[in-house]
Amino acid sequence: MNERNNNADTKKSPLGDLGVAIIKTNQLIKRFPMGKGEFTALKGIDLEFGTGEFAGLIGPSGSGKTTLLNILGSLDSPSDGEAIVLGQSVSKLSAKGAARLRKESLGFIFQSYNLLQVHTVFENVEFPLLLLNYTAAERKKMVMDALEWVGLTDKVKSKPPKLSGGECQRVAIARAMVKRPSLVLADEPTANLDAANSHNILKTMETLNRELKTTFLFATHDEKVIGYLKRKIFMKDGLVDHEEIVNN
Amino acid sequence: MWLAIKLAYRNLIGAGLRTWLNVIVLSFSFVVIIWMKGIMVGWDHQAKTDMANWEIGAGQYWHENYDPYDPFTFSESHNEIPSQLESEIDKGTMTPMLIVQGTIYPQGRMQQVILKGIDPDQNVLKLPSAKLDTAITVLPAFIGQMMARTMKLDVGDRVMVRWRDAHGTFDATEIEIIDIFSSNVPAVESGQVYIPLQSLQQMTGLENRATIFTFSNEVMGRDAVAGLVLKSKSDLTKTVDDMIKTKNSGQSVFYFILILLAMLAIFDTQVLSIFRRQKEIGTYIALGYTRKQVVGLFTVEGAMHAIFAAIVAAAYGIPFLAWQAKIGLTMPVDTSEFGIAIAQTLFPVYSVGLIVTTTLIVLIVTSIVSYFPSRKIAKMNPTEALRGKIQ
Ligand SMILES: Nc1ncnc2c1ncn2[C@@H]1O[C@H](COP(=O)(O)OP(=O)(O)O)[C@@H](O)[C@H]1O
Ligand SMILES: [Mg+2]
Repeated sequence: MNERNNNADTKKSPLGDLGVAIIKTNQLIKRFPMGKGEFTALKGIDLEFGTGEFAGLIGPSGSGKTTLLNILGSLDSPSDGEAIVLGQSVSKLSAKGAARLRKESLGFIFQSYNLLQVHTVFENVEFPLLLLNYTAAERKKMVMDALEWVGLTDKVKSKPPKLSGGECQRVAIARAMVKRPSLVLADEPTANLDAANSHNILKTMETLNRELKTTFLFATHDEKVIGYLKRKIFMKDGLVDHEEIVNN
Repeated sequence: MWLAIKLAYRNLIGAGLRTWLNVIVLSFSFVVIIWMKGIMVGWDHQAKTDMANWEIGAGQYWHENYDPYDPFTFSESHNEIPSQLESEIDKGTMTPMLIVQGTIYPQGRMQQVILKGIDPDQNVLKLPSAKLDTAITVLPAFIGQMMARTMKLDVGDRVMVRWRDAHGTFDATEIEIIDIFSSNVPAVESGQVYIPLQSLQQMTGLENRATIFTFSNEVMGRDAVAGLVLKSKSDLTKTVDDMIKTKNSGQSVFYFILILLAMLAIFDTQVLSIFRRQKEIGTYIALGYTRKQVVGLFTVEGAMHAIFAAIVAAAYGIPFLAWQAKIGLTMPVDTSEFGIAIAQTLFPVYSVGLIVTTTLIVLIVTSIVSYFPSRKIAKMNPTEALRGKIQ
């Protein structure tokens, strides 16, 4: 059953009992320079997410989902207000600090997969581990585990141009998950996939969320994705419009 | 750094044809530069060896007034052979030479020449002086190939020669060309006529006198001899060094253009890479690279072209360079006309230093050329890079 929570008190995570807050935003504002003036893409976002959530930002194109995800991923910084990710304020992070946060704790999944085209599946999934100085033996084990989660152990030596869209996105999921990050940010992960592949990768992510307690935050307007979300945050014009919590 | 090298290697190999085109252009620069430099070194080597063999030995004593470029000094440039040098001359490790101005009349034309009196028994120089030890009725003489060609003289030809004796009186006799030698050293060939030392001394009334003394053993700290100036081998080969230096600086322009072409190709690749690979750059950043690290990765990628090029250059360059060192480079035109000490066939000489410096210079230049366009990445906005939106 769905429980409506109309924009009332979104400061606290409704699923806070799952663990400590992993994300907390406070009157988060993002403005972009536009021509002579400015365009405000996020107009004051107050959100909180707890460990292990499977949540999504839902809204039409241009509502600010990607902008919010980018700030939470420390790829961009707020113009005003605060975004605290894993205890660190994004606006206060140095370039190195932000890189370390992404390297150690965050996983990204993109609409267009963003795989390294000339690297093999194994090498793509291995990449985050190379940055973390794991030994070759550790890397091998972790990569193979990750590929097993997404069911791609037979494509280890293939390169992305030889894979289907669904396979590419599964490699991307393996790459995002291989270091077992605390938080995975997935921006329109199914936009380029057909229904069967969409359900397939969503089931994979649902399982990983359940088994590894990884927090997933999606940005989407795909009904198929929305169907899997445990918490739905509806955005409109740079603001949170309302939320829905799914109880099961 | 190790990670950057590993990734750069994967990326370059993955880029395929474009990488190999750059690498081939660059490897070509490597081989051509080493080859041309090797020829210059070989030439320097050959010119100096030939000079030592035919002209200067291990060094010379000159009469203090002697100036090879001013024949009018010759009449004032001779000494009694110093007793200090006699033992060395007796041992055969030093040979005196008397130098006098003269005139010959081949086919009725008048030609200024330098008459050189040489000891037929000398072994210091490769000149065929032993041939002068012959019993013909006229004065025996030998000349170089260049001289023979310009004067249209052949072995067996007889020609009138005229000179001034010690008192300034003109005298004349007939000489017969008994040999023609070929040396690659213009200074011993052009305008020179070699006759027996004793004959020249008698003809000029300069008994027991000589102008220069050539020795075959480089003796460290030779004594000063009154009235003579000691000329070391390096003094005497300075003209060769100067010539090679001039040639080298001329060639530098060519090397510069060669490297410039290779660098343009790499610069172009880098600029294009940064433009085309924005999403990839954004991905590196999303996965935890700092922008500076991405700049480093792209710089290493560019610089790695030079390393690939060195390997490719070695693959076809070593056989080519070795083959050149063996068969040499034969000039398509007659080099004796050049008027410089150059053999018809030059054998390149490659040193480790030459190869190491060439490789280092190319590597450094490639790194710099790769770094400059890559700096742009440091200013990229990662979110825009991820969207591939930067123009
Ligand atoms: N770098 C930028 N410069 C200017 N405007 C931007 C920039 N990024 C996003 N925007 C604008 O901000 C708004 C929200 O964009 P975005 O977060 O991408 O929306 P969504 O992901 O929900 O489709 C859009 O109107 C978009 O044009
Ligand atoms: Mg978006």
